[in-house]
Amino acid sequence: MKWSELFTSSVGKKWIMGLTGIFLILFLVVHVGLNACIFAMDGGVMFNKAAHFMGSNAVPRILEIGLFAGILLHMIQGWSLEMSNRAARKKGYAVAMGSKGSKWYSRSMGLLGTLLFLFLVMHISHFWVPSRITGLDPVRIEGKEYHNLYGEMLQVFQGNLAVVILYVLGCLALAWHLLHGFQSAFRTLGLTNGRYILLVESAGVLFSVLIPLAFALMPVSMYMGWIK
Amino acid sequence: MQHYTMNLTLKVWRQKNAGDNGHFETYPVKDISSEMSFLEMIDVLNEQLIKDGKEPIAFDHDCREGICGMCSMYINGRPHGPWQQNTTCQLHMRAYQDGDTIVVEPWRANAFPVIKDLMVDRSAFDRIIQAGGYISVNTGNAVDANATPIEKDKADEAFAAAACIGCGACVAACKNSSAMLFVGAKVSHLALLPQGSPERKNRALNMVTQMDKEGFGACTNTGACEAVCPKGISIENIARLNREYMMAGLTEDK
Ligand code: HEM
Ligand code: SF4
Ligand code: FES
Repeated sequence: MKWSELFTSSVGKKWIMGLTGIFLILFLVVHVGLNACIFAMDGGVMFNKAAHFMGSNAVPRILEIGLFAGILLHMIQGWSLEMSNRAARKKGYAVAMGSKGSKWYSRSMGLLGTLLFLFLVMHISHFWVPSRITGLDPVRIEGKEYHNLYGEMLQVFQGNLAVVILYVLGCLALAWHLLHGFQSAFRTLGLTNGRYILLVESAGVLFSVLIPLAFALMPVSMYMGWIK
Repeated sequence: MQHYTMNLTLKVWRQKNAGDNGHFETYPVKDISSEMSFLEMIDVLNEQLIKDGKEPIAFDHDCREGICGMCSMYINGRPHGPWQQNTTCQLHMRAYQDGDTIVVEPWRANAFPVIKDLMVDRSAFDRIIQAGGYISVNTGNAVDANATPIEKDKADEAFAAAACIGCGACVAACKNSSAMLFVGAKVSHLALLPQGSPERKNRALNMVTQMDKEGFGACTNTGACEAVCPKGISIENIARLNREYMMAGLTEDK
């Protein structure tokens, strides 16, 4: 196998999808953990400090470059697979097979991924762009200046029902994407042992429900005024 | 179950040759016994067509006992019809009721072009096998059967993978027209046995390369292949193929 076949052969491409997919799953763990600081009910002090740490420390900044590269690779390979897979059957069936034997969300990874991409464009423009490029209002905590990312969250979500709904829909797309993707990634990476498959499948269902639920609770809580 | 007869409406894909556009033709079929096989029902229809001076429906079949893998028919939206772990030739008409309409289509995939009516060209599978689905042995006296010890579990797993009859239903069912279940079965069958080890790495690499060349899609692990496979080939074999391919790819300079 030439190195290039990681990006051109069918199985090589899937390895890239699986590896980047698991990398993105690990990122979600960090992301949900940090954001959960908003539930500390301290007016965003803990959250702003955590966000400051992520923005000022070299390690997360380097990982951030990896994150953008990983997402880009995952999207390019995902779309490339989706297109070549679709093209492999020029003439289709009169009677569709539908869900006889597979789940709709497993057949809709390209669509769900594209919805996630659209969500990410909105999400990055809401938070990453102001925090890294256009600038955020400062807030003083214990005599030190911090970016008020918490204030930005309140501004984005409070009173903006449409935005909150879009975020909840984004979380739903993530849930379905992961419900298939989590376990699929491990199969792609060659896991055959029945014991571990069972473990991965169960962990996958739990992860796909709990993580998007936790994410969705954030804009909803801010909109409903559950966190002050 | 009680024996009964039925009248059916058949919608069958008719296509003169590879170049023809093809279309559906509707046929009434009468007095079909519930004990007939699906192919016998088509035979009855073909007898009628011949009597009427029409061209009979071309379809692949050979053993008619579920072991050759020829009888490729996509019936009412499912390869090999509604029964689990079953081939079209072993599908019996008791699966249907009087008055049913049955739509019959050929396997659809660019890599399986239609030759005529319900017959498709599956020689792509043969070329994948030629690329690596074999072991090299010196001929001569037969080796003692117990000369190479094999663990029972491994032997059983290899045997389960070897049960693949190359029918192509997995490709027909897959939204990506992927041949990964077939190739996974063939690679696993030999990778699990000591006899397969000398060519193990090149086998995985060459068979996947040929599979891609033939124009089959990649695998999304949807599970549609496993659901329709007449031999119950497990999707685990696809994961094993992924592993075999990468282990070989990272260690072979090819
Ligand atoms: C946080 C975001 C995301 C996560 C955690 C994630 C995770 C995953 C995982 C774990 C898989 C399974 C990989 C495999 O089967 O080997 C996968 C597959 C896929 N992802 Fe994503 N993904 C994300 C975003 C996206 C985006 C933005 C796209 C846009 C193109 C996308 C497109 C796809 C496609 C098309 C597949 C299926 C590939 C195939 O098997 O044919 N994903 N994703
Ligand atoms: S894996 Fe199953 S469905 Fe696919 S060719 Fe072999 S026997 Fe047929
Ligand atoms: S005709 Fe041989 S398997 Fe059906």
